[in-house]
Amino acid sequence: MRVGLEVDGKARTADDVEVGESLLFLLRERLGLPGSKNACEQGECGSCTVYLDDEAVCACLVAAGQADGRRVVTVAGLSGDDGLHPVQQAFLDAGAVQCGFCTPGLVVAVHDLLRRTPDPGDAEIREALAGNLCRCTGYEKIFDAVRAAAR
Amino acid sequence: MTDTAAFLRPATLDEACELKAAHPDATPIAGGTDLMVGLNFGHTRPAALLDLTAVPELRAWRRTDDAVELGAGVPYARVVAELGDDLPGLARASRTVGSPQIRRRGTVGGNIGTSSPAGDALPSLLADRAVIEVRSVRGVRQVPAGEFFLGPGRNVLADDEIVVSVRLPRARGPQQFAKVGTRNAMVIAVASVAVSLDLTANAVACAVGSAAPTVVVPEPAETYAADHLDWSGRTPLHPEVAARFGELVAEGTSPIDDVRASADYRRHAVSVVARRLLGWAWAEAVRPRGTEGTR
Ligand SMILES: Cc1cc2nc3c(=O)[nH]c(=O)nc-3n(C[C@H](O)[C@H](O)[C@H](O)COP(=O)(O)OP(=O)(O)OC[C@H]3O[C@@H](n4cnc5c(N)ncnc54)[C@H](O)[C@@H]3O)c2cc1C
Ligand code: FES
Ligand code: FES
Repeated sequence: MRVGLEVDGKARTADDVEVGESLLFLLRERLGLPGSKNACEQGECGSCTVYLDDEAVCACLVAAGQADGRRVVTVAGLSGDDGLHPVQQAFLDAGAVQCGFCTPGLVVAVHDLLRRTPDPGDAEIREALAGNLCRCTGYEKIFDAVRAAAR
Repeated sequence: MTDTAAFLRPATLDEACELKAAHPDATPIAGGTDLMVGLNFGHTRPAALLDLTAVPELRAWRRTDDAVELGAGVPYARVVAELGDDLPGLARASRTVGSPQIRRRGTVGGNIGTSSPAGDALPSLLADRAVIEVRSVRGVRQVPAGEFFLGPGRNVLADDEIVVSVRLPRARGPQQFAKVGTRNAMVIAVASVAVSLDLTANAVACAVGSAAPTVVVPEPAETYAADHLDWSGRTPLHPEVAARFGELVAEGTSPIDDVRASADYRRHAVSVVARRLLGWAWAEAVRPRGTEGTR
């Protein structure tokens, strides 16, 4: 089947999409957009987190066909012409990136948290990021990045 | 619409039923949070997918005098945000599902479709005697939640039927839910319990997940608690009553040993959790409304 959608502000189409294929596969393998990471394909790690219309969801759990006609924003779509988004910059500045595999999903999840809760407390941060796993940083630096981006 | 028959995307409930009748082997997909895991790992290969996310009737809920009709496709995040007052038990259970990403996509209808005894929405549905509405081109059926589930992954849905909604009574008293797992977020319950008090009918309702092939309702425990609570005086819960309630709830289960826990542990956990939930619910009933804190 053919799937047409908007990704990071550009209209895209993919052909020969298979029925049970995920949005994550479509983004990475059919459209060549490797920003969203594939680490578990079972909704556990959050590294594939993208906005589908207005909601931050795991792209690996969305069927590609379900995204037909909809708007997707990946981590790559958060930065503008004037450089990195403040959340992205905060991750760099805080040293919240080691191997970087979890980073794209975390950046989207943090972006989503801060647009709803501009000044989150630790409990709110923890709850908002419960679906994003990082096996490198121990989360301290990630929390630092969230607090820095909130300022 | 997509250009092949394999990915079906109805825009109305009637169309969804017609497509399901024409393609009985098509697998419905709502949030995909159960289904896509199997697809990603090649465990399941459906002949066709029937995407229900564009059917507005399934994504709405409606309040009537004494009930809420909750569309099968309403995600947990909306149950939490919108139904905390009407359905506090289900809202509490919804809050424990997966992660924020999972709660934004995962639906109560999908939990019903998966029919796992560990499904977190299911104890509330059974405790509160919810009625599940299923529909096909042949007509509508109202199935009590207690009769819907046949075993792990098995239910009474026919090939041409889809779940449309769940009708739950609006809370008439405190409702509690808790699950036992190895950590706070993202766990499959080792055991889960829902307890509801009906302060109008002076009744207690309870259901237990993950402790039998389907979610079970321990009726003798419900009756025992209803008979032993001081409904008119609202005096504090006697610890012996709470403990006996917990025991009776655990006696109503038939847990198994598996990778997540032993049967003995499950039985013990169920009795402890049930005892505590009755205590929390009763404490809310005793306290004047509006003063309850969060726990
Ligand atoms: C990381 C992760 C964590 C999770 N944590 C929890 C948890 O804590 N507690 C819990 O209970 N579950 C959990 N789940 C499982 C899942 O999120 C829930 O079961 C959810 O309710 C499924 O809803 P869905 O809309 O995503 O279902 P889908 O995956 O779309 O569908 C599930 C099943 O139901 C059928 N179905 C869906 N809608 C209908 C309908 N209207 N009529 C008929 N059949 C239908 C589908 O055909 C399929 O068989 C988790 C899943 C993941 C990936
Ligand atoms: S790859 Fe999607 S959650 Fe891990
Ligand atoms: S930086 Fe390696 S997984 Fe997070």
